[in-house]
Amino acid sequence: MTVLGPPTIQATGRAGRGSPARRRRAWTGWAFVGPFMAVFAFVFLAPIAYAVQLSLFRTRMIGGTSFVGLDNYERAFTDPQFWSAVGRVSLFLAVQVPVMLALALLVALAIDSGRLYGRAFFRVAVFMPYAVPAVVATLMWGFMYGSRFGLVGDLNDALGTSLPDPLSPDLILASIGNIVTWEFVGYNMLILYSALRTVPKSLYEAADIDGAGRLQVIRSIKLPAIRGALLIATIFSIIGSFQLFNEPSILQSLAPNVITTYFTPNLYAYSLSFSGQQYSYSATVAIVMGLLTAVVAYAVQLRAARRER
Amino acid sequence: MAATTARKAHRRRSPLLTALTAAMLVYSLVPLLWLVVNATKTQASLFDSFGLWFSGDFSLGANIADTLTYDDGVFVRWLRNTLLYVLLGAGGATVLATLGGYALAKFDFPGRRGVFAVVIGAVAVPGTALAVPTFLMFAKLGLTDTPWAVIIPSLVSPFGLYLMWTFAAQAVPGELMEAARVDGAGELRTFLRICVPLLAPGIVTVALFTMVATWNNYFLPLIMLKDPDWYPLTLGLNAWNDQAATAGGQPVFHLVITGSLLTILPLLAAFLLLQRYWQSGLAAGGVKD
Repeated sequence: MTVLGPPTIQATGRAGRGSPARRRRAWTGWAFVGPFMAVFAFVFLAPIAYAVQLSLFRTRMIGGTSFVGLDNYERAFTDPQFWSAVGRVSLFLAVQVPVMLALALLVALAIDSGRLYGRAFFRVAVFMPYAVPAVVATLMWGFMYGSRFGLVGDLNDALGTSLPDPLSPDLILASIGNIVTWEFVGYNMLILYSALRTVPKSLYEAADIDGAGRLQVIRSIKLPAIRGALLIATIFSIIGSFQLFNEPSILQSLAPNVITTYFTPNLYAYSLSFSGQQYSYSATVAIVMGLLTAVVAYAVQLRAARRER
Repeated sequence: MAATTARKAHRRRSPLLTALTAAMLVYSLVPLLWLVVNATKTQASLFDSFGLWFSGDFSLGANIADTLTYDDGVFVRWLRNTLLYVLLGAGGATVLATLGGYALAKFDFPGRRGVFAVVIGAVAVPGTALAVPTFLMFAKLGLTDTPWAVIIPSLVSPFGLYLMWTFAAQAVPGELMEAARVDGAGELRTFLRICVPLLAPGIVTVALFTMVATWNNYFLPLIMLKDPDWYPLTLGLNAWNDQAATAGGQPVFHLVITGSLLTILPLLAAFLLLQRYWQSGLAAGGVKD
């Protein structure tokens, strides 16, 4: 549930680099990290183990629970509803994430350039939507999309046009993409902006002396400097896209026929357990989705690492 | 801020760039403006007036009063629940992350690398993938439909742990801890008296972000809670919105809108008031490489 921010990947390397105060190797540290790890084991590790166990069994009305090995996984791999959901979030990922990150990057560069009037205001205002709950964001945009008292209806009335309905089957995914972009563009902007602030001033001075143009400075100093932050933002956006749930689930009441129970993999897993009582299969879907996410995130990271060499 | 003043000297401000970035600003703020404008309308004028301007009677006060008293003041109850979840969940998460991050940064202990690997690995696990098994586990333990079902999972923030870890590595000089130990201070005393003040910006940052995560949480309470008496604001607002779609339900869109506005105000205020802390916390602890 914590799709916040920038834990990281390169950090593994840093962990090894001895931090200054490493004195005696003792158990004292556990007194501090122990409470976190205890709760972590209870709410992260135990459920994962339980999910794996569930996925290997099947519960039937008659005959009770029986061990079925990989049957549930086989079912998932040939389940057209599951794969249509995966296809939908993959399309979402391929379009929404690049658009959002490009916007975030442009705004971060603009604010960092120091050439804006009122940059502090820009920074905070663009970030604000992040503090709005997904529920409120979706309700708001849902109302605005609506033809009843929405802006789309207003525009139609005012201009005599008939704009396409944002909640129609063709546009619903784009409409959800817009909501997610609105929620997270400022957050990603802030991550990238924080990274830009860490560029040493001397680099810019050197570039000035060399007579480098603005675009050149962006290309050769700024972008390389924030590559790590960009990678983190990308990976978190990928995880977020694959987990897509809140926005479609809340929009369901506005567009019940458009958003099916298997609209996204998570929605599918949710309806399998909570309206279908198929807990074993639902856990399997969740595990397969978790593995897919890990593979894609890993592949992206690998590609980035290779490009760096 | 200070770092930029030197650069400002030879960089002129650009109206064009400001205008272009302003487009993004409009995109970010228009929905919020819509919310404010429409919170002032009666349900009737919601339907027959232009969305982005005021119309009809100015009924913000009446809407707020309605929101707070509708259905025996259930909104206030949801607000209390949310505050409880934030206080215990996000508060606890901040404490655990601070202690853990400090330990990872400043102590060498057996299994330290293992702790780090497991926690970072867990970040990549989609949180929602855990939801179903967590629900079943909690159901067996009799925890579902109680506040604990929402609070306990909120106590763990791998992001918070990571942020505190990088922050503590930079903010707490080892020599200072050593000096305190030489003076005979115990580990806990060293931590509380010497390190916590140094960690303050990091702690505020983690507290704010875990607070947003808990305040805005929807999926976890959705699966864990059936009893509307334990709903947080997010679930409650969605229930009000769904009311119009259910047979015989009374549409209360003006309450949904006003309630939404009341829900986001505390968080917006917290972010604005604590700007200085979280921005420096993010910059220092966040994402350097």
